Amino acid sequence: MPDYAVEANDIVRTFAGGSVRALAGVSLRVPSGEVFGLLGPNGSGKTTMVRILATILAPTSGSATVAGYDVARQPNQVRRRIGLAGQNATVDENLTGFENLRMVGLLNHLNKAFVVAKSHQLLEDFGLADAANRITKTYSGGMRRRLDLAAALVASPPILFLDEPTTGLDPQSRQDLWGIIERLVEGGTTVLLTTQYLDEADRLAKQLVVLDHGKIIAEGTSAELKSQMGATVLSLTFGSLDDAARARPLIADLSGQPANLEGSVLEMTVDNGPSVTADALRRIDAAGIALSGVALHEPSLDDVFINLTGHRAEDLDAAAPTSRRRRRRAPA
Amino acid sequence: MTALPSSASSHSALRWAVSDTLTIARRNLQALFRIPVAIVFMIIQPIMFVILFRYVFGGAIPIVGTSYVNYLIPGILVQTTMFGSVGTAIGLAEDLQQGLIERFRALPMARLAVLGGRTISDVFRNVVVLIIITGVGFAVGFRPHGGVVAYLQACVLMLVFAYCLSWGFAYVGLAAPNSEAAQAITFPLIFPLAFASAIFVPVYTMPWWLRPFANNQPLSQTAIAVRGLMLGEPHGESTWIALAWAIGAVAVLAPLAVNKYRKVA
Repeated sequence: MPDYAVEANDIVRTFAGGSVRALAGVSLRVPSGEVFGLLGPNGSGKTTMVRILATILAPTSGSATVAGYDVARQPNQVRRRIGLAGQNATVDENLTGFENLRMVGLLNHLNKAFVVAKSHQLLEDFGLADAANRITKTYSGGMRRRLDLAAALVASPPILFLDEPTTGLDPQSRQDLWGIIERLVEGGTTVLLTTQYLDEADRLAKQLVVLDHGKIIAEGTSAELKSQMGATVLSLTFGSLDDAARARPLIADLSGQPANLEGSVLEMTVDNGPSVTADALRRIDAAGIALSGVALHEPSLDDVFINLTGHRAEDLDAAAPTSRRRRRRAPA
Repeated sequence: MTALPSSASSHSALRWAVSDTLTIARRNLQALFRIPVAIVFMIIQPIMFVILFRYVFGGAIPIVGTSYVNYLIPGILVQTTMFGSVGTAIGLAEDLQQGLIERFRALPMARLAVLGGRTISDVFRNVVVLIIITGVGFAVGFRPHGGVVAYLQACVLMLVFAYCLSWGFAYVGLAAPNSEAAQAITFPLIFPLAFASAIFVPVYTMPWWLRPFANNQPLSQTAIAVRGLMLGEPHGESTWIALAWAIGAVAVLAPLAVNKYRKVA
C-alpha cells in the first residue's frame, strides 16, 4: 500500500507550444482516505492537474503516482483505481441513466451481471431510480451531476477525482452532493476535489492547496490557512453604499491592506482587533456616519483567498505574513 | 479493488478490445435511433432524392438499355451509404464536444474502441438504410435483374466502400471544433463526389472537361459496379477499381484518424 493515494512531483504542463504554462511545477501528497482540496480561481490549473492525474493528459515534465502506479508508465493500472467526475458532467445525453452506468461499467471490464446490479443500486442511492430509464437529455443539472458521479463510482474506485463537482448547482443539489462525498470518504474512498468555492473546501477537505497561475501559493489545513493570516477581520456594515464609501478612506491606515468593500459592507484584516475597532468607530462617529453593524471575526477561507490571490505578486509579497508564502509565489 | 467480479484474467487484451468496441458500437446505435434529426438525415433525405429524381427530373433523362428508375436506385444506394459515413464525423465530433471521449480516456478500456465502435455502428446503420431504400426502390418501380447473389455482392461492396471512407470522416470529426462544423466541412467534400458522378446521370452527358473526373472518381466507379451487379449488366473492372479505391482510402485515412485521435483524446 503506498503511503499516499496520490503523489505528484513538480508537475509542469504547457500548452500552445510552451507559450501557455498551465502548471508551473506543482507537487502534491494526498493521504489515503481523506478529502484533499485543490482550491483556485478559474484558469489556475486545477483541471489540468486532475486531467494529468487521471491519465487523460501527459505532463510536460514531472512525475506522478496514483495508488502507487505511475500515471505515464502504468496508465491502465491507474485507470482501474480511479473514478473521474467533473464540472462538465460527461454523461451521454442520448442514453438513459441506466444505460450510461452500464456502459461505463462494461468499459471498466466488470462482469455484466455485477454491472447491472451495481448500476441499479447507484441509481437508487443517488435518488435517480425513477429517472433510470429516461434519456439523460431530460435530466436537470443536479441529476446529471449525480449520474456523472455515479458513473465514476460504478467500478468502486478507491480514489476519486472530482473536478468542481458543484459548480453551477443550486444550493440544495450542492448539499446533496456534499452529503454523498462525505459518505464516500467515510467508506474509505480518497477524494481529490477541485473547487473555487471556499465553503466547499472548508466543509469537505481536510487538507488544502491553493493554486494560482499554475503554482501552489499556500497549503495546509483550512485552520492553518486561516491562522496564516495572523489577524482578525473587522466587518463594518453601513446604512448605505455612500456611507461605506465615505468611511473607507477614514480608516484606511488602520490595516496593512486595503479594505474590501462589498455593497455597504467594509471588511479589513487587522492585527489588533479590539483597539483598531475602537479607533475605527471613533473616526466614523466623528465624521457623522451612521453604522448599522460591527463585527470582529476570525478570517474565513474567503478572506484567505482574497489575501492570497486577489493581489498582484508585489502587493502580496508586501502583505504576506510568512516567508513561506513569498517563496512559493512565482514572479508573474 | 481486486475483489470486484472482473473476468480480466480469462480475457486477453484482444478480446477486451473487441468487447469494448462492441460496447461503444451498441451505445452509438442506441443513441442513433433517438435523435430525430439523424433519422431524417439517414432515411427521409434519400427517400426525397428517390422521389425527386424518379418523378421530377427522371422523365427528362433518357437511359439507353434500361429504365431511369433502374439506373437511379443503385446510384441512390451508393450516395446514401456515403452520406451515412458523414454520421461518423458528426458522431465523433459530438462525443468530443460532450466530453465523453475524455471520460473514456480515464477508463481502462481499449483506446481505439471509440473509433472502432463508431465506424462499426455506422456499418450497421448503413445496413438498415440499404434495406429501407431497397424497399422504397421496389415501391417506385425498381426491377433489378442481376439476381439475389449479385444484389448482395453489390450491398457488400457499398458497405466496404462506406466503411473505408468513414475513416476519413472520422478524421474530419476529430479535427472539427464541433458537430455543426464537422457537418459543414463534410459538405464540400461529398457534394462533388455525389453529383459530378455516374450516380444520377450517365457521364457522357457531361461537358468534356468534367468527364475524366466524373468517370474515374471512386463514387462513380462504385456506382457503376453496383449498378452492373444489380442489373446484371457488364461493368468492366469497376468492382475492382472501387475496391482498390476503398482499400487505398482506408490505408491512408485510418492511420490519419488514429493519429488524430491520439492527439485530441
